[in-house]
Amino acid sequence: MTGGSPVPSVGLMLAALVNLSHPAHYVHWHFFEMSVANVVVIGLMIGVFWLAILLPFPRRHPTRSQPPPGLEP
Amino acid sequence: MSTPGRAPRSSSPPRLWTTRVRERAVAALPPERLLPDEQPAYVSSWIYVFGVLTIAALVVVLVSGAILGLKGPAWWHVTGVGRFFNGLHLWAVELFFFVMVVHLWGKYFMGAWRGRRSATWVTGAVVFLISIATAFTGYLSQQNFDSQWIATQAKDGLNSVGIGAFFNVTNFGQMYTYHVILLPVAVVALAVWHVLLVRRRGVVPPYPLEAHGRSVTDTSS
Repeated sequence: MTGGSPVPSVGLMLAALVNLSHPAHYVHWHFFEMSVANVVVIGLMIGVFWLAILLPFPRRHPTRSQPPPGLEP
Repeated sequence: MSTPGRAPRSSSPPRLWTTRVRERAVAALPPERLLPDEQPAYVSSWIYVFGVLTIAALVVVLVSGAILGLKGPAWWHVTGVGRFFNGLHLWAVELFFFVMVVHLWGKYFMGAWRGRRSATWVTGAVVFLISIATAFTGYLSQQNFDSQWIATQAKDGLNSVGIGAFFNVTNFGQMYTYHVILLPVAVVALAVWHVLLVRRRGVVPPYPLEAHGRSVTDTSS
């Protein structure tokens, strides 16, 4: 490693998880073209979006059943 | 004793502009609405968490960016701690956009502009667009081959739409000023305005469920 990183072994270990030492992979579908990395991120966002809707939320604090007075629903 | 031709002085003290501003601010945002101690039952869902996650990521972006700006490119490119903060800034931005997009999708599908909340929606959408420009100028401020490549590619596109003369992506000083001063100030100011509007108008409730024989209040059950 260059630059005198204090813990090169940690950097190498993390770098080993994803090999970035090659040109990016792309997906092609007619006119549509996008890097695999971006496709993965968009897929993760869609997954997190559905999990946020479907997973139950823990209740700890007192809540109202309706908006506070003076606010429009 | 009043002078002839002049209106008699009132016994009440004059209303200064500070008084008027304070009264309007308190009327628009009373303390119990600005810092409420309870929320509607329908916010008990993970989808309502992504707004505050976006703010949390923005705070990390601002703090790490301030440290990078104070220490300079030689520090963030060469030293171990500098590269750590460089990575922290990058990944905080990645998380910022990730959670902001989920927040945007959630608000879009629940029609968050309903109930006189159009200004809340518009300020959020504008913050999103300005954030993209801020991230773009950040890529141009890296001071490495990546930023040079992006700048030389982007200049042709920006010249083709006629804004290259006053938004010159090959001018590092201009891009750096946009990235560390002008655009962050705009993002923070609009984000504060956005949050104050959320406090003023309240969190948007889900669409009512009358079609299924339930009302919105059933979410508490």
